[in-house]
Amino acid sequence: MKAKFLIPLFIFLALAGFLGYGLKLNPREVPSPLIGKAAPAFRVPQLQAEDKTISPEDMKGRVWLLNVWASWCVSCRYEHPVLVQLARNSPVPIVGLNYKEVRGDGALDAKAVDPATELATARQRARQWLVEHGGDPYMASAVDLDGRVGIDYGVYGVPETFLIDQQGVIRYKHIGPITPESLRDVLLPKIAELQRAS
Amino acid sequence: MRRLALVAALLLPVAGHAGEAAPVTDDPVLEERVMRLSHDLRCLVCQNQSIAESNAPLAVDLRNQVREQFQAGKDEAAVVDYLVARYGDFVLYLPPFKGTTLLLWLGPGLLLVAGAGWLAWRLRSRVRETPHALSAEEHARAAALLDGTAKPSRESRL
Repeated sequence: MKAKFLIPLFIFLALAGFLGYGLKLNPREVPSPLIGKAAPAFRVPQLQAEDKTISPEDMKGRVWLLNVWASWCVSCRYEHPVLVQLARNSPVPIVGLNYKEVRGDGALDAKAVDPATELATARQRARQWLVEHGGDPYMASAVDLDGRVGIDYGVYGVPETFLIDQQGVIRYKHIGPITPESLRDVLLPKIAELQRAS
Repeated sequence: MRRLALVAALLLPVAGHAGEAAPVTDDPVLEERVMRLSHDLRCLVCQNQSIAESNAPLAVDLRNQVREQFQAGKDEAAVVDYLVARYGDFVLYLPPFKGTTLLLWLGPGLLLVAGAGWLAWRLRSRVRETPHALSAEEHARAAALLDGTAKPSRESRL
């Protein structure tokens, strides 16, 4: 066989192919086991309406987005205009999950947070951030002070966004900030598909 | 003085060696269990650390979850199931043996078997190769070369 000397070349090309593919994978994007499962239940206070709570139950029958955010989250600043724009066009309601607003802030000492005033502090901080960053795109925001709701949703970074269908089943999880491109190419088609299904 | 500074610099990493998180409750048995399990769980924020070693806020939260669930009477398997249901198999440093991890678990063994098989085949076929016998002329040339009496050859062989 004359071409035997080419074998190492082919092995190299195969290896380079695998490694090249591996380079493109993002190790930060951990697939969520919650896709296709019912959105975990919670009932927590709302951000704006102080006397109201919010739960995924309240959203039954609609396709909606659950967007995890916090005022200390830097990427959320880049995502926010996209959400505001999306809310203006309003194909779907966006529910915010305000994640560890006070305790999650690296600039504060989490142990020094006073539980008695934490909710009020969180509301004040979050509202101010919304005002400063172009408005409130959320139908309502759930205040998850201690991050427990976040754990139930497998949140490991902010922002994250869940697409939930009429039956309350999580259909898609977007990790990291939503960009105009990912909204147009991924999220909106998925939303349209779910809405057609109803 | 310089040498002293060098030694101090070399010792610095030892002094700065990251310890584990300080225990939270004063129940040593419980803390032991929490830390033992935490060593097998991956922190999703700093992915090459376990939640026992990491001090990322999420790792602290997850350690607290593990502790709380132990306090509520759950065993190790139940706590692992709880975390896997939320974060997937990725939280486990020891991935389960199932369809999608088949190659991961068996791959190294398969590679070893394939490599050993190839080596055995090569060695066997090498034994079968009969050594090339030299002609009388070649013998003479080889002897001359070894004696150092050979003239530079114009032939390309040998």
